[in-house]
Amino acid sequence: MNFGDIARKRLQFLAILAAGLTFSAASVGALAQEAESVEAPVAAMVEGAAPDAAADQAATAAPAFEHFGPDMIKGQPIAAEDDMWASMGFQDQYSETGNYALWMHDAILMPIITVISLFVLGLLLWVIVRFNRRRNPVASKTSHNTFIEVIWTVIPVIILLVIAVPSIRLLAAQYESPPEDAITIKTNGYQWYWGYEYVDNGGFEVISNMMPEADAIAQGYPAQLEADRRMVVPVGVPIRIQTFGADVIHSFAVPSLWFKLDAVPGRINEKVLIVEEEGIYYGQCMELCGARHAYMPIALEARSLEDYNAWVLSQPGGVIAHAEAEVVPAAEVAEEPLPAAEAPAV
Amino acid sequence: MATTAEGFDAHHDDHAAHDHHDHKPGFFARWFMSTNHKDIGTLYLIFAIFAGIIGGAISGLMRWELAEPGLQIMGQVVEFMGGAGTFDEQGHMWNVLITAHGLIMVFFMVMPAMIGGFGNWFVPLMIGAPDMAFPRMNNISFWLTVAGFISLMFSAFVPGGIGNGAGVGWTVYAPLSTTFSQGPAVDFAIFSLHLAGAGSILGATNFITTIFNMRAPGMTLHKMPLFVWSVLVTAFLLLLALPVLAAAITMLLTDRNFGTTFYDPAGGGDPILYQHLFWFFGHPEVYIMILPGFGMISQIVATFSRKPVFGYLGMAYAMVAIGVVGFIVWAHHMYTVGLDVNTKMYFTAATMVIAVPTGIKIFSWIATMWGGSIEFKSPMVWAMGFIFLFTVGGVTGVVLANGGVDDNLHDTYYVVAHFHYVLSLGAVTSIFAGWYYWFPKMSGRMHSEFLSHLHFWVFFIGVNLIFFPMHFLGLQGMARRYPDYTPAFTYWNEIATIGYIVMAASMVIFFVNMAYALIAGKKAEANYWGEGATTLEWSLSSPPPFHQFETLPVIEDHHSADDHISPAPARA
Ligand code: HEM
Ligand SMILES: [Cu+2]
Ligand SMILES: [Cu+2]
Repeated sequence: MNFGDIARKRLQFLAILAAGLTFSAASVGALAQEAESVEAPVAAMVEGAAPDAAADQAATAAPAFEHFGPDMIKGQPIAAEDDMWASMGFQDQYSETGNYALWMHDAILMPIITVISLFVLGLLLWVIVRFNRRRNPVASKTSHNTFIEVIWTVIPVIILLVIAVPSIRLLAAQYESPPEDAITIKTNGYQWYWGYEYVDNGGFEVISNMMPEADAIAQGYPAQLEADRRMVVPVGVPIRIQTFGADVIHSFAVPSLWFKLDAVPGRINEKVLIVEEEGIYYGQCMELCGARHAYMPIALEARSLEDYNAWVLSQPGGVIAHAEAEVVPAAEVAEEPLPAAEAPAV
Repeated sequence: MATTAEGFDAHHDDHAAHDHHDHKPGFFARWFMSTNHKDIGTLYLIFAIFAGIIGGAISGLMRWELAEPGLQIMGQVVEFMGGAGTFDEQGHMWNVLITAHGLIMVFFMVMPAMIGGFGNWFVPLMIGAPDMAFPRMNNISFWLTVAGFISLMFSAFVPGGIGNGAGVGWTVYAPLSTTFSQGPAVDFAIFSLHLAGAGSILGATNFITTIFNMRAPGMTLHKMPLFVWSVLVTAFLLLLALPVLAAAITMLLTDRNFGTTFYDPAGGGDPILYQHLFWFFGHPEVYIMILPGFGMISQIVATFSRKPVFGYLGMAYAMVAIGVVGFIVWAHHMYTVGLDVNTKMYFTAATMVIAVPTGIKIFSWIATMWGGSIEFKSPMVWAMGFIFLFTVGGVTGVVLANGGVDDNLHDTYYVVAHFHYVLSLGAVTSIFAGWYYWFPKMSGRMHSEFLSHLHFWVFFIGVNLIFFPMHFLGLQGMARRYPDYTPAFTYWNEIATIGYIVMAASMVIFFVNMAYALIAGKKAEANYWGEGATTLEWSLSSPPPFHQFETLPVIEDHHSADDHISPAPARA
């Protein structure tokens, strides 16, 4: 291994971290007054099912925002009763690296491991049929064959090399850093809920609890996967997801986006995410974190950038990221979201 | 061999007053102060069966809980254990159960059965030694393991945060196991690992000393039966890996009780440090649980094919290679903790390398059968089942080895399926293979071949029903360590629970078989498997005399034409 490289990467990572932290701290600081004028955010957030209430409280005349309904669910597990075949594989993927990884699993790994398993099974069956005591009363004495031993060492090595190439490529793709101006969303794992901190959008934090099962079912959402407040993200652009564990280690995982990153106390992990389609994607905490580990789902809602900005403005303390660079007049944003939400593009 | 003679004498000092024949001490002295490797082996096996019943019962509760979405029985379990049954207590109880299941099966079932049980019984017999090198230390090893088990059981009845018991997973990750689990339960669970670990370290030194110094004249390292090789490699893994675990969990204890902050970022520590240390032990540990199985399978396949093991040296050094490489792949358990890209690439590559020696073993077993004259006695059927099931578990390991792919599989049921295919279906199957192979040797009574075959088929169907659907659940994103799940996962979970019932039925068959053997089983001859069984234990009566090899056996260069423990001259 090239340790120089590692060290450099580490330093880069630290630099990015530091930059991210400084940036988020700065933006939070700049908005501190505005945020203070807003009613205690947590109180408002508890009423997650009624976002209008939160909007009312926002001092700035924030527009109402309509979330996607069950028809926009894209990433969720499929019941065997609905589609036996689909229930036996990965969820459909909605990110580029996810699709590449899915291809690698379905087109390379699965065929290879299936063939190997069947090959071994076939050999065993053949040996049973051909070399049982009745058909072969006298055993041969062969106990060496250098050629065959070399073969069954070299062929696995070749197979592993075939696997290694896309595997390394996948890793490289997964670690591509986001552009500098990518929106940063920090996901904080708490016992036992998630907090989504929009560091570039005013630093407000969306506290997200599991939606009570009965409510979820009544509204047509999957039980134990829907949250009272979703993590809204812009679609089609690189997002810098940071994870942090506020108490114990949690893990932020969304299977249909091929995304999993542990939320560890004392460090901020970071990984880029690009969601390719608008929709709702469900995930769950995937690191044992205590009694209610099973009950802190992730409901991620990917929206067009305009919708995203509108949603941000509907949040207490929300401001549009890089507003100075972007020419998005507030009025326009205020009008956009409703029609878009009513006629969701699939 | 001077050392051999010394070991021999030392042993005899214990019984200096008695004659050299089959004189056995009284009940208490024999079973509680035992220094006889066979008696200690028997104790280990009985203990492993006992622990296995408890661990298995806990997994029954787990499958019952997971039979349907929603919480099924955790409330009752909490109340049974004396709690109030609140929602959080139920969640905590689930975590206690999975923790206990994992720790019991790893430290108190598989390891004692393979290393303490079969290792103790058959390593001295196979190398022609009268006993282990340090018989009294052997005794301590066993009782430390028992003490560890008691400490773990005790932890379930004292406060561990939200409710009684340690609910931290068998991996005991900080800071869930430190700041966030108040109460003595986690301390007792950690201490249980200290005790069991100390027992294993002592056992490992004992095996290494025995194997290096007490082989019968003529038995060179390259003539040792593969089972002995496997225990030797395992002992080295234990000796190098367990101290790291001990250090890691000692730091957990001091973080918990003495204000240190090894794993607490608030004091400059790092929770990920714990994971590195744990898995530096943890990956070798998973091989510790399978290598003796490899050894047993090699003996069994050779015996029932009436052929020497194919590629003996390759087989021995494949195990050495697995042991060595096993120490440099640990972070494949940590792909999602936020590793650097280069680190992740390295661990991906290194992990895949392990598949090569593993493949060599599988193909060599098949090559051993090739051209053989195979008799399908119960051990052989179990061994063939092992080869297939272990292969399935191995290939999913290769999938998981890819860091980029593992991102979506880590901590899902896919990983649970993988390690149960190599352990519950691999290691446990090899234990049963070894059990049926040697049970008559140990007890002097033949088991029923019919019941043993029936046991195999019911077990085989059961465990596959339990664990194969878990691959699907994992691919679909069902997280592990969940007591509850979204309704979409119901179908495959139901199948798994049904599979558990089938598996449990197979265990009933096993116990009936054992009862039959002990009560009415035919007397076993010295070599009841016949021609193919050529290692030294078959030269002794069944059961062997209390003290064997009072005159050391001499291993000749080609002491019989079909002696599968001596490699062909071309290779030697
Ligand atoms: C072909 C060889 C193997 C490879 C490449 C392999 C690879 C892996 C990888 C990458 C993981 C981590 C998965 C994750 O947590 O995301 C894993 C987990 C595991 N493997 Fe293997 N494995 C192999 C053989 C074995 C064997 C022989 C055993 C034991 C007999 C074993 C036991 C385990 C266990 C117990 C875990 C899970 C530990 C935990 O998270 O609780 N593996 N394996
Ligand atoms: Cu969790
Ligand atoms: Cu491992």
